[in-house]
Amino acid sequence: MHSETVAQLQQGLRARKYSAVELTRALLARIESAQPALNAFISIESEAALAAAAVADQRLAAGDAPALTGVPIAHKDIFCAAGSRTTCGSKMLSNFISPYDSTVVARLRAAGAVVLGKTNMDEFAMGSSNETSHFGPVRNPWNLKLVPGGSSGGSAAAVAARLVPAATATDTGGSIRQPAALCGVTGLKPTYGRVSRYGMIAFASSLDQAGVLARTAEDVALLLKPMAGFDPRDSTSVECEVPDYQAALNQPLKGLRIGLLKEFFDQGLDPRIEALLRTALEQLRAQGATLTDVSLPNLPLSVPTYYVVAPAECSSNLARFDGVRFGHRCENPRDLKDLYERSRGEGFGAEVKRRIMTGTYVLSAGYYDAYYLKAQRVRALIAADFERAFSTVDVLIGPTTPTVAFEIGAKTNDPVTMYLNDIYTIGANLAGLPGVSIPCGLVDGLPAGLQIVGPHFSEARLLNVAHRYQQESDWHQRTPEAYR
Amino acid sequence: MSLSRRDIENIAHLARLGLSDAEVPVYAESLNRIIALVGELDHAATEGVLPMSHPLPGLTQRLRADEVTESDQRELYQRNAAQVMAGLYLVPKVIE
Repeated sequence: MHSETVAQLQQGLRARKYSAVELTRALLARIESAQPALNAFISIESEAALAAAAVADQRLAAGDAPALTGVPIAHKDIFCAAGSRTTCGSKMLSNFISPYDSTVVARLRAAGAVVLGKTNMDEFAMGSSNETSHFGPVRNPWNLKLVPGGSSGGSAAAVAARLVPAATATDTGGSIRQPAALCGVTGLKPTYGRVSRYGMIAFASSLDQAGVLARTAEDVALLLKPMAGFDPRDSTSVECEVPDYQAALNQPLKGLRIGLLKEFFDQGLDPRIEALLRTALEQLRAQGATLTDVSLPNLPLSVPTYYVVAPAECSSNLARFDGVRFGHRCENPRDLKDLYERSRGEGFGAEVKRRIMTGTYVLSAGYYDAYYLKAQRVRALIAADFERAFSTVDVLIGPTTPTVAFEIGAKTNDPVTMYLNDIYTIGANLAGLPGVSIPCGLVDGLPAGLQIVGPHFSEARLLNVAHRYQQESDWHQRTPEAYR
Repeated sequence: MSLSRRDIENIAHLARLGLSDAEVPVYAESLNRIIALVGELDHAATEGVLPMSHPLPGLTQRLRADEVTESDQRELYQRNAAQVMAGLYLVPKVIE
């Protein structure tokens, strides 16, 4: 059962090949046995999962079951779920029981999905390796010495190790696509405003977006459908029709205009990943797509732009953690200032503090124009570069990451080296664009990712291209040896 | 420019973050590296470019009518607080 995709599980459950309870039990057992090695979960919710699975079986028997009934999933621990612990990977929220449901959690539950637990992540989604989690690093199922990527590393590792067929995730600078690439799974970051962020703990509000990690583009489409759509409770949610993603998957690629991002093939890309990309591109060309080189001259400024905008927004968003209404509170505060400073100093980890301070600095009196306003101007230039490119091509393709997974501890000493992991993914966040990463080969036995970025609200087209590629390749079916 | 120990202490104060003496030089070093990285933005020609205010072109944040939409759930919300008394959040004495 664990090797089946969401699409296969839907059929298996409806054909009564296995019950939702049997499926849930089998995957919970896999999660428990993998947990000591991978640490992919922060909370395993066996009791609630089995109860939900029993309800799913009743609905399947009654014949009134919505599409995902009985399909087991996991949520990144950034999504609030009523009555369950939601930590965001932080000591600050290690005892926080959410009083309400995020829209993503509520909609997937309404679609019938059974939640097995909450996945590990970089603290407050700030990291590219899952090493900043208060609950310890997640390990990469392909090699336990390596990072799974971040910040949605727990979700990516859980899908790669076949603990769940799909998991929710979030992406502020690459946090869905980068771990998807490093763990050999498929990950979609939708357009800004496509999926509601109500109840999703905020990091950088002009960049954050919720999405999906799964094994195939088809499975991503199956989860995205119920997740996407307007939500009056999120002021950034866009009123824009949700297309039938599944129906668009098989559309032929004939006439598809693919732009190759010159800047992505320039700087620091492992030549072995480039070779895999060229092979994949040939395969898409063989299906009728045309390839053109495209240059986005301002794209190399993505990383510095991001490291002004994201910390600035994070310093503002995380001001709410004051030790008073919820979250960690220090022992025996002397006065109010001591309460704030010690609660925050103890509750936040090193990377979160670094970003809060960076953000506080770039927003402080006398520096706002030089840093924040300047970065928002450069951001407009980067967005204009993308817009210009999409006047001549339908999608842009490049690598997801410059290298395959690196060793745990290898980049923790220098934040800037760590930040450069997201060099190919940040551009889409700055411009609010959707992007998908799909497995395109192995380098030294480790997965590499191909990234497809499209215009706003082009998720159906991106999943279509990804699906057509996956029909002609089997990289997305490769499974780490220990988890087959 | 480079941030000194004093600058870091000032930023930490503005952010209400308690740092240990040992943490200050560590953050001084890493913030200086980050500032050097973002310094690359100085080379970008941005005269006449309007700062981006929303990731989707032409859109602004939606507003809603100023109406009560939530019910009173104070007790539920206060379950996550460290110290509560008679429905109030407790903090150290502010006025002597």
